[in-house]
Amino acid sequence: MAEASDPKAGATAGTGWPRWLRLPPVLGMVLALLAIWYVAVVPMNVKEVLTAAERAGVEVSPPSAVDRRDMGNWALVLRNPHALGDSWSSDRPKLPAPHQVLVELYDSTIDEELNGRRGIVRSGTLSNRSLVYHALVTLNATFLGFLIGALLGVGLAVGIVHSRVMDMSVMPWAIVSQTIPIVALAPMIIVVLYSIGVQGLIPKAVISAYLSFFPVVVGMVKGLRSPDAMQMDLMRTYSAPTASVLTKLRLPSSIPYLFASLKIAIAASLVGAIVGELPVQKGGLGARMLAGSYYGQTAQIWAALLVAAALAALLVYAIAALERRTLRRMGMMP
Amino acid sequence: MLSDEEIKNWPEAGTATTAPVIRADHLDLTFQTNDGPVHALKDVSLDIAKGSFVSFIGPSGCGKTTFLRCIAALEHPTGGSLTVNGMTPDEARRARAYGYVFQAAGLYPWRTIGRNIALPLEIMGYSRAEQAERVARVLELVELSGFEKKFPWQLSGGMQQRASIARALAFDADILLMDEPFGALDEIVRDRLNEELLKLWDKTEKTIGFVTHSIPEAVYLSTHIVVMSPRPGRITDVIESPLPKERPLDIRDTPEFIEIAHRVREGLRAGYEE
Ligand SMILES: Nc1ncnc2c1ncn2[C@@H]1O[C@H](COP(=O)(O)OP(=O)(O)O)[C@@H](O)[C@H]1O
Ligand SMILES: [Mg+2]
Repeated sequence: MAEASDPKAGATAGTGWPRWLRLPPVLGMVLALLAIWYVAVVPMNVKEVLTAAERAGVEVSPPSAVDRRDMGNWALVLRNPHALGDSWSSDRPKLPAPHQVLVELYDSTIDEELNGRRGIVRSGTLSNRSLVYHALVTLNATFLGFLIGALLGVGLAVGIVHSRVMDMSVMPWAIVSQTIPIVALAPMIIVVLYSIGVQGLIPKAVISAYLSFFPVVVGMVKGLRSPDAMQMDLMRTYSAPTASVLTKLRLPSSIPYLFASLKIAIAASLVGAIVGELPVQKGGLGARMLAGSYYGQTAQIWAALLVAAALAALLVYAIAALERRTLRRMGMMP
Repeated sequence: MLSDEEIKNWPEAGTATTAPVIRADHLDLTFQTNDGPVHALKDVSLDIAKGSFVSFIGPSGCGKTTFLRCIAALEHPTGGSLTVNGMTPDEARRARAYGYVFQAAGLYPWRTIGRNIALPLEIMGYSRAEQAERVARVLELVELSGFEKKFPWQLSGGMQQRASIARALAFDADILLMDEPFGALDEIVRDRLNEELLKLWDKTEKTIGFVTHSIPEAVYLSTHIVVMSPRPGRITDVIESPLPKERPLDIRDTPEFIEIAHRVREGLRAGYEE
């Protein structure tokens, strides 16, 4: 055949910038944020630092702690530049310095597991004081909730696309469900489920599912409706039954929409699991965050936050990788 | 609709061999739109005989697509009667009377060419072995053998449209309905595909309904050229082509060809001037 073939790319990669050119802006951003953080640590912790300095015999102004309490943080910083040396190493900082968070992160992961009495090296099981253990607890609920949410979302979307009644009855409720703040709803879900004897993993997964089904419903409804009139007409010329239209046209067409939704849904699932752990205090990153705030261990909160953020990034990345593989398999990406 | 009694008493309907494959009788179709009713087809009567190649030509909006879609039971007339193979269009569709080719190839990007062509076969429940056999056969018919494993994006527009014709041929419908199938292709590719379509029509002896904007295309391909005019959409002329069945591309330079083309053009102009 003489006609030239024209390979048009299904999805082009990013901006087309070479990878090394994309690195400096990212690095610059990180450095700027770190700098702001280090600066912010000084005024945030100034009162505690000055109290400690005073106790150690340094002269601070004003000398009365009561007077200091009513003053602005920046004013205290400016009046006592000589007494702020411990700002980045205070014991119970309001805002820990980045390196304090990193130390806490190291202590509560690698160090705890390698050297801790209950760490995996000495006891053979993960320490319940380590963030690795708590991250896995959270991840469990995240996965289960995500699975339920995604299946529920796809199921509802299929129903909505095929039934006018469902379209009119389910969609408004799905939208309303997302307007209720999850922090208000989560304790109720836990209490209600507890009263019927369900606790542990399931309530957290339910909250995760509650947050993650919605983006899947919205994305899948759009995806299942994405075939154009001509493609639907083609199916009609074959007198194709509804089930064939669904499996051979609507579902494959919806795959790109599905993955876009799944990326949002998995992040929402993680949030749901963490929120579900806040009131229960039976392990998980959420429990660690709340415990940290009870005991004024801000570094612990920040460390748990960092782990949660890293998990979210990892999960979204995993979905993106699955998306690339699937689309390539389907021939929709070169 | 006509009663069974009336259909029996139709003069041409007596013997099966001469009965038209498609018969439209005083067909009317009015779309109800937000801007009021649109009279897309008015009083359209036409018989299409088995094995003929009928082109529909006319300015856009004259109801060519609508008429083809009525035959395919994708639209339903609001008046008159229409039979396909002696059945209602809906029954004919269920009996797999026709294959439909749209202006865009509309291949599924997630299916290879071979699996795209197998799509109607899968839906209609053909066995795997028969699917493979038929796919190979129609691929050869449209000269795409060897492209079975390619994905649509690896093919040019012309090749994609050939694949979509193969898809319409795969399940042995004896009517092929084509709505401006080559409208989006450049002239050279179009000439090639026109030539191939004629060969294919000759080999398969199908009845073809073909919508086009192009006078040379209509004259080159057809045994009958149906000239239509808009507002309301109606038939103004049906021209029977005296050209022989064997038509090399350079037949377009013969006086006969030019003469028919002239008549078509006159018919189109008359439709405008009314
Ligand atoms: N689904 C529809 N709803 C309303 N009006 C329509 C619809 N389809 C076609 N029409 C109108 O019917 C007329 C004939 O359209 P069409 O058959 O597509 O013309 P052609 O194919 O000859 O260009 C046009 O005026 C068009 O706007
Ligand atoms: Mg048209």
